[in-house]
Amino acid sequence: MIRFEQVYKRYATGRDALAGVSFEIGAGELAFLTGHSGAGKSSILKLIALIERPTRGQVFVNDRNTAGVGRRAIPQFRRQVGVVFQDHKLLADRPIADNVALPLIIAGVPRREIDKRVRAALDQVGLLGREKHRPLELSTGEQQRVGIARAVVAKPPLLIADEPTGNLDPDLALEIMQLFKRFNEVGVTVVIATHDVHLIDRIGARRIILGEGRVTAESPPGAAP
Amino acid sequence: MNWRAYFARHAQTLVGSLGRIVHQPVAAFMTMAVIAVAVALPLCLHVLLQNAGEASGGWSNALDLSVYLDKGATPARAQAIAVELRRREDVATVRVITAAEALRQFRDYSGFGAALDALSENPLPNTLVVTPALAASTPEGSEALKGAIAALANVETVQLDTDWVKRLNALLDILRRVVLLAAVLLGAGVMLVVGNTIRLDVLNRRAEIEVMKLVGGSDGFARRPFLYSGVWYGLGGGILALILVGLATVLLAGPAERLALLYGSSFHLTGLDWSTGLGALAGSVGLGWLGSWLAATRHIRSIEPS
Repeated sequence: MIRFEQVYKRYATGRDALAGVSFEIGAGELAFLTGHSGAGKSSILKLIALIERPTRGQVFVNDRNTAGVGRRAIPQFRRQVGVVFQDHKLLADRPIADNVALPLIIAGVPRREIDKRVRAALDQVGLLGREKHRPLELSTGEQQRVGIARAVVAKPPLLIADEPTGNLDPDLALEIMQLFKRFNEVGVTVVIATHDVHLIDRIGARRIILGEGRVTAESPPGAAP
Repeated sequence: MNWRAYFARHAQTLVGSLGRIVHQPVAAFMTMAVIAVAVALPLCLHVLLQNAGEASGGWSNALDLSVYLDKGATPARAQAIAVELRRREDVATVRVITAAEALRQFRDYSGFGAALDALSENPLPNTLVVTPALAASTPEGSEALKGAIAALANVETVQLDTDWVKRLNALLDILRRVVLLAAVLLGAGVMLVVGNTIRLDVLNRRAEIEVMKLVGGSDGFARRPFLYSGVWYGLGGGILALILVGLATVLLAGPAERLALLYGSSFHLTGLDWSTGLGALAGSVGLGWLGSWLAATRHIRSIEPS
């Protein structure tokens, strides 16, 4: 599903975020990217969502080399990847339902179908009945769940999340993680970047540990090349 | 792509962008007012020129030729020429003013009665006033008729005062070009005004555009509401411009008719014709669209999620 081959990333500021990262995540896997802040977690997710391009090396997503995805093809590419952000990135001036519906509107799904799928997605994250509320009327945990509903509403085969529990207390964080696990159980490949090691222990899934722009360890060890 | 959903989405965006404009009535009105002034200015000039053209057209149609006979021509000869001219197809009427008649009229109107009595003989020639037929009332037709009459025996000079009409028409031609030039420049101004408004709008909604792009929205998708905003600005500005031109016409109609009356003319100020008005409206909408397209395309392209 995702394959990194000797990937280097140097930002315009001169900072080397990734220095030869290689790993592979199979379809249907649930994997955590961990490591200290600045270890390269976010950079990896940005490369997967084509927000950034590798300086060297190759990134494959859905068995497709991202180097071959041109500027004009990026929107279509991103529709195959659901992204959850630490700061939710919701549109504050629109109701929850419109926020969740955005990927479907972009994909040109008919209105009636949109309503149905938005309600289904909100049901999955436990927010059914809150469609008319604005994001700021919801708690941080609830906003994060709206973000997740938006990421999964178009049923992408791949879901990536950058520190999705960064602003949440431990109980809420566990709840969110279990939500991701449920999506993984129905076949979605899920990659989550987090520094919350205790939380990963409680979920029990594959870990790719990063340090200084490299993969320093994996657990269980040897699960990937 | 589902076409019904596609059109439904467009309709929704159209209404949505109107809603956003309504939410900022003052700012939107200012933009539309600037467009309105830019569109109304060339339109007003156009109306002015149209009326000037019509008014001068009325004069040139009523142009008479004054035919002055030489000293050797008798009043009988004048009548004979008149009969000959009346047979021509390009002549409507011929009036004979004999030298004696002319002298009497001159004495009555000029107040030089005593001075004229001192003259030993009548200095005025026998004169014919020829009105061309309607078909020959063009500058070319009158010129041809003038040539034909000048060739007759006993005719001294034929006076056709079309020079000033020609000059006026040449002047109007220049002014028409000026209006066209002004329209082009002000049209570019409309585009810049809309472009600038849309640019600020795009920058204000940067976060929203970023999110759209993150969930797979193309540049075209993010641009669509701005294009509709541009169309609304153009339409609002165009309608305001037509109202301005209408008001100007109403305000000027009374004084113009009074002035015309003083010249003994039944001239009537005509307002903007429908086709020009609709054309200006369409042009305003088109420029609004184009201005927003240029601005939105450029600025949306530069917004990338990070």
